[in-house]
Amino acid sequence: MKHLVSFATGVLFAVGLALAGMTQPHKVVGFLDFTGSWDPSLAFVMGGAVVVYAVLMRLVLRRGAPLLGGAFALPTRRDLSPRLLAGSAMFGVGWGMAGFCPGPALTSVGTLGTGPLIFVVAMSAGMLLHDLVFERIALARTATQPSC
Amino acid sequence: MNPTDFIWPALGGALIGLASALLLLFKGRVAGISGIFGLALSSPRDSGWRWAFVLGLVAGGVGYLALSPASFASTYDPGLPLTAAAGLLVGFGTRLGSGCTSGHGVCGLSRLSARSLVATLTFIATGAVTTWVMLNLVLPGA
Repeated sequence: MKHLVSFATGVLFAVGLALAGMTQPHKVVGFLDFTGSWDPSLAFVMGGAVVVYAVLMRLVLRRGAPLLGGAFALPTRRDLSPRLLAGSAMFGVGWGMAGFCPGPALTSVGTLGTGPLIFVVAMSAGMLLHDLVFERIALARTATQPSC
Repeated sequence: MNPTDFIWPALGGALIGLASALLLLFKGRVAGISGIFGLALSSPRDSGWRWAFVLGLVAGGVGYLALSPASFASTYDPGLPLTAAAGLLVGFGTRLGSGCTSGHGVCGLSRLSARSLVATLTFIATGAVTTWVMLNLVLPGA
Protein backbone atom coordinates (compact mmCIF):
# COMPACT_ATOMS: atom_id res chain seq x y z
CA MET A 1 0.00 0.00 0.00
CA LYS A 2 2.97 2.26 0.77
CA HIS A 3 3.87 2.43 -2.89
CA LEU A 4 0.37 2.74 -4.33
CA VAL A 5 0.97 6.30 -5.56
CA SER A 6 4.15 5.29 -7.41
CA PHE A 7 2.28 2.36 -8.97
CA ALA A 8 -0.63 4.64 -10.02
CA THR A 9 1.69 7.23 -11.60
CA GLY A 10 3.35 4.38 -13.51
CA VAL A 11 -0.06 3.29 -14.81
CA LEU A 12 -0.94 6.84 -15.87
CA PHE A 13 2.45 7.25 -17.55
CA ALA A 14 1.91 4.02 -19.50
CA VAL A 15 -1.58 5.09 -20.60
CA GLY A 16 -0.12 8.39 -21.83
CA LEU A 17 2.57 6.58 -23.83
CA ALA A 18 0.11 4.14 -25.42
CA LEU A 19 -2.47 6.87 -26.17
CA ALA A 20 0.30 8.91 -27.80
CA GLY A 21 1.20 5.99 -30.08
CA MET A 22 4.69 5.63 -28.58
CA THR A 23 4.22 1.89 -27.99
CA GLN A 24 4.37 1.48 -31.77
CA PRO A 25 8.06 1.55 -32.77
CA HIS A 26 7.20 2.62 -36.32
CA LYS A 27 5.86 5.91 -34.93
CA VAL A 28 9.21 6.56 -33.23
CA VAL A 29 11.22 5.53 -36.28
CA GLY A 30 8.87 7.68 -38.37
CA PHE A 31 9.80 10.68 -36.22
CA LEU A 32 13.52 9.98 -36.52
CA ASP A 33 13.20 9.50 -40.29
CA PHE A 34 13.74 13.19 -41.11
CA THR A 35 14.75 12.49 -44.70
CA GLY A 36 11.74 10.25 -45.41
CA SER A 37 8.01 10.67 -44.75
CA TRP A 38 8.47 12.42 -41.42
CA ASP A 39 5.93 11.62 -38.66
CA PRO A 40 5.85 14.55 -36.20
CA SER A 41 3.84 12.64 -33.52
CA LEU A 42 6.74 12.35 -31.09
CA ALA A 43 7.28 16.12 -31.18
CA PHE A 44 3.66 16.62 -30.09
CA VAL A 45 4.07 14.01 -27.34
CA MET A 46 7.18 15.72 -26.00
CA GLY A 47 5.61 19.16 -26.45
CA GLY A 48 2.42 18.17 -24.60
CA ALA A 49 4.42 16.59 -21.78
CA VAL A 50 6.81 19.53 -21.43
CA VAL A 51 4.02 22.15 -21.37
CA VAL A 52 2.05 20.31 -18.68
CA TYR A 53 5.08 19.33 -16.59
CA ALA A 54 6.77 22.73 -16.83
CA VAL A 55 3.69 24.42 -15.34
CA LEU A 56 2.76 21.77 -12.74
CA MET A 57 6.38 21.27 -11.64
CA ARG A 58 6.68 24.95 -10.73
CA LEU A 59 3.42 24.80 -8.74
CA VAL A 60 4.52 21.60 -6.96
CA LEU A 61 7.93 23.06 -6.05
CA ARG A 62 6.26 25.96 -4.25
CA ARG A 63 5.52 23.43 -1.52
CA GLY A 64 8.31 22.92 0.95
CA ALA A 65 8.24 19.14 0.67
CA PRO A 66 6.56 16.25 -1.16
CA LEU A 67 3.18 15.10 0.20
CA LEU A 68 4.52 11.71 1.30
CA GLY A 69 7.44 13.21 3.22
CA GLY A 70 11.16 13.47 2.57
CA ALA A 71 12.57 16.18 0.35
CA PHE A 72 12.43 17.00 -3.34
CA ALA A 73 15.27 15.21 -5.14
CA LEU A 74 16.10 17.15 -8.30
CA PRO A 75 19.20 16.73 -10.46
CA THR A 76 21.84 19.27 -9.52
CA ARG A 77 24.63 18.64 -12.05
CA ARG A 78 25.23 21.32 -14.65
CA ASP A 79 28.40 20.14 -16.43
CA LEU A 80 28.33 18.95 -20.03
CA SER A 81 30.46 15.89 -19.36
CA PRO A 82 31.89 13.44 -21.91
CA ARG A 83 29.78 10.75 -20.27
CA LEU A 84 26.59 12.74 -20.87
CA LEU A 85 27.45 13.09 -24.55
CA ALA A 86 28.72 9.55 -25.09
CA GLY A 87 25.81 7.98 -23.21
CA SER A 88 23.19 10.06 -25.01
CA ALA A 89 24.80 9.26 -28.37
CA MET A 90 24.74 5.52 -27.58
CA PHE A 91 21.15 5.73 -26.42
CA GLY A 92 20.13 7.44 -29.67
CA VAL A 93 21.72 4.69 -31.76
CA GLY A 94 19.79 1.98 -29.89
CA TRP A 95 16.62 4.08 -30.02
CA GLY A 96 16.88 4.42 -33.78
CA MET A 97 17.68 0.72 -34.25
CA ALA A 98 14.66 -0.65 -32.37
CA GLY A 99 12.26 2.30 -32.12
CA PHE A 100 12.06 1.71 -28.37
CA CYS A 101 13.18 3.83 -25.46
CA PRO A 102 12.87 2.57 -21.87
CA GLY A 103 9.30 3.75 -21.08
CA PRO A 104 7.49 2.36 -24.14
CA ALA A 105 9.52 -0.88 -23.97
CA LEU A 106 8.47 -1.53 -20.35
CA THR A 107 4.88 -0.55 -21.20
CA SER A 108 4.90 -3.14 -24.02
CA VAL A 109 6.17 -6.04 -21.90
CA GLY A 110 2.60 -7.29 -21.36
CA THR A 111 2.19 -8.02 -25.06
CA LEU A 112 4.65 -10.87 -24.43
CA GLY A 113 5.97 -10.11 -27.91
CA THR A 114 9.54 -11.27 -28.46
CA GLY A 115 10.58 -7.74 -29.57
CA PRO A 116 9.73 -5.91 -26.31
CA LEU A 117 10.80 -8.86 -24.14
CA ILE A 118 14.23 -9.25 -25.76
CA PHE A 119 14.68 -5.47 -25.73
CA VAL A 120 13.89 -5.17 -22.00
CA VAL A 121 16.16 -8.09 -21.07
CA ALA A 122 19.02 -6.63 -23.13
CA MET A 123 18.35 -3.14 -21.73
CA SER A 124 18.53 -4.51 -18.18
CA ALA A 125 21.81 -6.23 -19.04
CA GLY A 126 23.16 -2.97 -20.50
CA MET A 127 22.21 -1.05 -17.34
CA LEU A 128 23.80 -3.63 -15.04
CA LEU A 129 26.89 -3.77 -17.26
CA HIS A 130 27.19 0.02 -16.93
CA ASP A 131 27.07 -0.22 -13.15
CA LEU A 132 29.60 -3.05 -13.16
CA VAL A 133 32.07 -1.16 -15.38
CA PHE A 134 31.79 2.15 -13.57
CA GLU A 135 31.85 0.66 -10.09
CA ARG A 136 35.10 -1.08 -11.09
CA ILE A 137 36.51 2.21 -12.37
CA ALA A 138 35.47 4.01 -9.17
CA LEU A 139 37.01 1.24 -7.05
CA ALA A 140 40.25 1.29 -9.05
CA ARG A 141 40.47 5.06 -8.60
CA THR A 142 40.07 4.89 -4.83
CA ALA A 143 42.58 2.02 -4.69
CA THR A 144 45.26 3.96 -6.55
CA GLN A 145 44.84 7.10 -4.49
CA PRO A 146 47.53 7.52 -1.84
CA SER A 147 46.17 6.78 1.61
CA CYS A 148 47.48 9.37 4.00
CA MET B 1 -2.61 16.24 -41.76
CA ASN B 2 -5.66 15.10 -39.75
CA PRO B 3 -6.42 16.77 -36.41
CA THR B 4 -6.22 13.31 -34.77
CA ASP B 5 -2.62 13.03 -35.96
CA PHE B 6 -1.58 15.48 -33.31
CA ILE B 7 -4.49 15.47 -30.81
CA TRP B 8 -3.78 11.95 -29.48
CA PRO B 9 -0.01 12.45 -29.31
CA ALA B 10 -0.42 15.80 -27.53
CA LEU B 11 -3.04 14.39 -25.15
CA GLY B 12 -0.87 11.34 -24.42
CA GLY B 13 2.05 13.68 -23.83
CA ALA B 14 -0.08 15.76 -21.44
CA LEU B 15 -0.87 12.58 -19.44
CA ILE B 16 2.85 11.78 -19.30
CA GLY B 17 3.48 15.31 -17.98
CA LEU B 18 0.67 14.90 -15.43
CA ALA B 19 1.99 11.52 -14.24
CA SER B 20 5.48 13.01 -13.86
CA ALA B 21 4.11 15.98 -11.90
CA LEU B 22 2.16 13.65 -9.58
CA LEU B 23 5.30 11.62 -8.87
CA LEU B 24 7.08 14.87 -8.00
CA LEU B 25 4.18 16.07 -5.83
CA PHE B 26 3.83 12.86 -3.82
CA LYS B 27 7.34 11.38 -3.85
CA GLY B 28 9.53 14.36 -4.71
CA ARG B 29 11.17 12.33 -7.48
CA VAL B 30 11.82 12.95 -11.17
CA ALA B 31 10.04 10.56 -13.52
CA GLY B 32 13.07 9.47 -15.52
CA ILE B 33 12.30 5.92 -16.59
CA SER B 34 15.89 4.80 -17.22
CA GLY B 35 16.99 6.10 -13.81
CA ILE B 36 14.02 4.57 -11.99
CA PHE B 37 14.41 1.18 -13.70
CA GLY B 38 18.22 1.16 -13.67
CA LEU B 39 18.48 2.01 -9.97
CA ALA B 40 15.73 -0.48 -9.10
CA LEU B 41 17.82 -3.16 -10.83
CA SER B 42 21.16 -2.20 -9.35
CA SER B 43 20.40 -1.48 -5.72
CA PRO B 44 17.83 -2.69 -3.18
CA ARG B 45 18.18 0.63 -1.36
CA ASP B 46 15.05 2.77 -1.79
CA SER B 47 13.92 0.45 -4.58
CA GLY B 48 10.34 -0.22 -3.37
CA TRP B 49 8.75 2.83 -4.98
CA ARG B 50 10.85 2.30 -8.13
CA TRP B 51 9.62 -1.27 -8.62
CA ALA B 52 6.06 -0.08 -7.88
CA PHE B 53 6.38 2.54 -10.64
CA VAL B 54 7.83 0.00 -13.11
CA LEU B 55 5.07 -2.47 -12.23
CA GLY B 56 2.58 0.35 -12.84
CA LEU B 57 4.04 0.91 -16.31
CA VAL B 58 3.71 -2.79 -17.13
CA ALA B 59 0.20 -3.00 -15.65
CA GLY B 60 -0.91 0.14 -17.48
CA GLY B 61 0.36 -1.41 -20.68
CA VAL B 62 -1.52 -4.66 -20.01
CA GLY B 63 -4.74 -2.73 -19.34
CA TYR B 64 -4.35 -0.64 -22.48
CA LEU B 65 -3.54 -3.76 -24.51
CA ALA B 66 -6.83 -5.35 -23.37
CA LEU B 67 -8.77 -2.32 -24.63
CA SER B 68 -6.75 -1.55 -27.76
CA PRO B 69 -4.38 -4.24 -29.06
CA ALA B 70 -3.76 -2.15 -32.19
CA SER B 71 -1.88 0.40 -30.05
CA PHE B 72 0.93 -2.13 -29.69
CA ALA B 73 1.12 -3.25 -33.31
CA SER B 74 4.11 -2.04 -35.27
CA THR B 75 5.06 -2.18 -38.91
CA TYR B 76 8.73 -1.78 -37.97
CA ASP B 77 10.71 -4.87 -36.99
CA PRO B 78 14.52 -4.89 -37.09
CA GLY B 79 14.73 -8.59 -36.10
CA LEU B 80 15.86 -10.10 -32.83
CA PRO B 81 19.69 -9.73 -33.02
CA LEU B 82 19.43 -6.00 -33.75
CA THR B 83 16.68 -5.60 -31.13
CA ALA B 84 18.98 -7.19 -28.54
CA ALA B 85 21.90 -4.98 -29.58
CA ALA B 86 19.61 -1.93 -29.42
CA GLY B 87 18.49 -2.87 -25.91
CA LEU B 88 22.10 -3.14 -24.74
CA LEU B 89 22.94 0.27 -26.21
CA VAL B 90 19.83 1.89 -24.71
CA GLY B 91 20.50 0.35 -21.28
CA PHE B 92 24.19 1.23 -21.14
CA GLY B 93 23.75 4.61 -22.86
CA THR B 94 20.90 5.91 -20.72
CA ARG B 95 22.74 5.05 -17.50
CA LEU B 96 25.99 6.59 -18.80
CA GLY B 97 24.16 9.69 -20.05
CA SER B 98 22.01 9.97 -16.89
CA GLY B 99 18.68 9.82 -18.67
CA CYS B 100 16.43 9.05 -21.60
CA THR B 101 13.48 10.60 -23.39
CA SER B 102 11.53 11.07 -20.13
CA GLY B 103 14.25 12.28 -17.76
CA HIS B 104 16.09 14.53 -20.20
CA GLY B 105 13.44 15.04 -22.89
CA VAL B 106 10.49 15.87 -20.63
CA CYS B 107 11.61 16.64 -17.07
CA GLY B 108 14.98 18.20 -17.95
CA LEU B 109 13.70 20.38 -20.78
CA SER B 110 10.88 21.58 -18.49
CA ARG B 111 13.51 22.72 -15.99
CA LEU B 112 15.43 24.44 -18.83
CA SER B 113 18.45 22.27 -18.03
CA ALA B 114 21.32 22.78 -20.48
CA ARG B 115 22.55 19.23 -19.82
CA SER B 116 19.16 17.82 -20.80
CA LEU B 117 18.90 20.00 -23.90
CA VAL B 118 22.32 18.82 -25.08
CA ALA B 119 21.44 15.20 -24.25
CA THR B 120 18.10 15.41 -26.08
CA LEU B 121 19.61 16.99 -29.20
CA THR B 122 22.37 14.35 -29.12
CA PHE B 123 20.08 11.32 -28.93
CA ILE B 124 17.70 12.71 -31.55
CA ALA B 125 20.69 13.35 -33.86
CA THR B 126 22.28 9.90 -33.45
CA GLY B 127 18.79 8.36 -33.58
CA ALA B 128 18.09 10.10 -36.89
CA VAL B 129 21.40 8.99 -38.42
CA THR B 130 20.80 5.41 -37.19
CA THR B 131 17.27 5.42 -38.59
CA TRP B 132 18.58 6.55 -41.96
CA VAL B 133 21.14 3.72 -41.94
CA MET B 134 18.50 1.18 -40.85
CA LEU B 135 15.90 2.20 -43.43
CA ASN B 136 18.30 2.71 -46.34
CA LEU B 137 21.14 0.26 -45.80
CA VAL B 138 20.17 -2.43 -43.26
CA LEU B 139 16.48 -2.98 -43.94
CA PRO B 140 15.80 -1.45 -47.35
CA GLY B 141 12.26 -2.13 -48.50
CA ALA B 142 11.04 -2.59 -44.92
